[in-house]
Amino acid sequence: MTASLNIALSKGRILDEILPLLGRAGIEPREDPAASRKLILDTNLPDIKLTIIRAADVPTYVQYGAADLGVAGKDVLMESEGDGLYELLDLKLARCRLMVAEPERLAARDDPKSWTRLRIATKYVNITRRHFAAKGIQTDIIKLYGSMELAPLVGLSDRIVDLVSTGQTLKANKLVEVEHIADISAWLVANKASMKMKHKPLTSLVSRLAEIVEQG
Amino acid sequence: MSGKDRWLLPEGIEEVLPADAWRQERMRRRVLDLFRRWGYELVRPPMIEYLDSLLTGLGQDLDLQTFKITDQLSGRMMGIRPDMTPQAARIDAHYLKREGPARLCYLAPVLRTRPDEFAGSREPLQLGAELFGHSGPESDVEILSLMVTTLDILGLETLHIDLGHVGVFRGLAAEAGLDVAQEAELFSALQRKARSDIEILLQAWQVGTVQKARLLALVELNGDEAVLPQAEALFAEASEPVRKALADLRAVFELARRQRPGLSLNFDLAELSGYGYHTGVAFSAFVPGHGRAVAKGGRYDGIGKAFGRDRAATGFSSDLRQLLGLLPAAPEPATGILAPYDDDPGLLAEIQHLRESGERVVVRLPGVSVSAADLGCDRELVRRDGAWIVNKV
Repeated sequence: MTASLNIALSKGRILDEILPLLGRAGIEPREDPAASRKLILDTNLPDIKLTIIRAADVPTYVQYGAADLGVAGKDVLMESEGDGLYELLDLKLARCRLMVAEPERLAARDDPKSWTRLRIATKYVNITRRHFAAKGIQTDIIKLYGSMELAPLVGLSDRIVDLVSTGQTLKANKLVEVEHIADISAWLVANKASMKMKHKPLTSLVSRLAEIVEQG
Repeated sequence: MSGKDRWLLPEGIEEVLPADAWRQERMRRRVLDLFRRWGYELVRPPMIEYLDSLLTGLGQDLDLQTFKITDQLSGRMMGIRPDMTPQAARIDAHYLKREGPARLCYLAPVLRTRPDEFAGSREPLQLGAELFGHSGPESDVEILSLMVTTLDILGLETLHIDLGHVGVFRGLAAEAGLDVAQEAELFSALQRKARSDIEILLQAWQVGTVQKARLLALVELNGDEAVLPQAEALFAEASEPVRKALADLRAVFELARRQRPGLSLNFDLAELSGYGYHTGVAFSAFVPGHGRAVAKGGRYDGIGKAFGRDRAATGFSSDLRQLLGLLPAAPEPATGILAPYDDDPGLLAEIQHLRESGERVVVRLPGVSVSAADLGCDRELVRRDGAWIVNKV
């Protein structure tokens, strides 16, 4: 059995930014992943395949060996709380920030030091609970799947925890950032068994990518 | 729960149905026979016991994994065993009180509050062997070798064995002057091999340049045999405990290579499962496509202390249920003899004779029309010229 490597990627921003990086490492998909309906794509290298899945599913696929490597946002990794993965390389792509935000009118008289119990809408339930618990703040969390910015506007929550990249969406909805939780970027993760059983091809690909990231 | 889904089992709890149950039983016997041939004595610790005894020593890691109930007789908390290793240690320290080495083995279900992995069982069928009272690399290699043989007789091939030693990380963390909370945080990042996270942490804690370089090197110290000399070179100037750990590792490696020349031995100095209780060389076995170790073992000296006797100890354990799940399904060919229902003494005698000789004989009850195949039989008993003979179906 030749050790072939399967890399899980998610459509959207990560895919747009990772393809040039893979290209510089000599890996080109045979068809355009953004347009193709195929979920497993061949590349110019016979022993490397790409699997295209939803961002939040990347840790699951990699952890259970459906893919050897994967590219996932640090937000997704922090939220999945698993210890079943190796987080080998910060690709420094798709950068953004995980922030607490609140409406402008609330921010005008709000002091984060006086927070005791918060009502927060987010899709990052685990991160939010952990972050505030570490600061001794109780939270009531409302799990949403998108358009978090709407929640404070319609009174569903007081605050939100969400990714902020340019800040345009917050601004358009009259929200301001009040607290920084973490800097987020895309990471290369690996399945633990693959790292052991396919050690040579996997580590050589990782170090090739690390060099490219280093060069910037 | 409505009446409709009353049959549902709790998550992570499953029944073993006919074909699989026999297969599991065959494997169970095979493993126990192997343990016996290696001189390991079988113990059957209780399913339930007082919590403070159950969670002593190595058990503390298992606190959250233990189902707990109150004993109505004594009012004390009891726990359902999540792992039999501490029980075996208690038996060795408290009941056997032998001077020389004691070899114990066990194979029985344990219960855990949470499965170890996605869709994993909460009722693993734990198998394991422990060797108490000897502290050299010889006993570590005996256990390692028994672990490999066990996986081998079950039919698991292409094993990948990782060797490691918690003393390396522990020693380096002590050198760097990390406190307990910092050590735990670093440990978690190390389990993920998240190099840049580790860099950020060490930067923030202002760890010295030399110590920082050593801790960072741990992330890369995994792979084949070449890793060991690499580590020895890198940590040549490190503190005594670190060098001692590497010397232990080398002793076990050399011995294992001599005794099991064909085995693929690898190293991972950042893989620290069992960090809470291991005290020496630890090893784990991996198979392709499965992210977690399928069997784990290592040295955990001193656990018997809590029971009044400080003994060297090394051992391994695994989950037979999980191991069987990793093997390709191998349906047993149907072998058996279908007998008609009849009061004829000749038939009854023949059935008894066949059963005593080890044959499987199923009687077709009156008024039931089933074929031999339905009952898993490939032959049947028929009367010919007044005598009962076995015929191919």
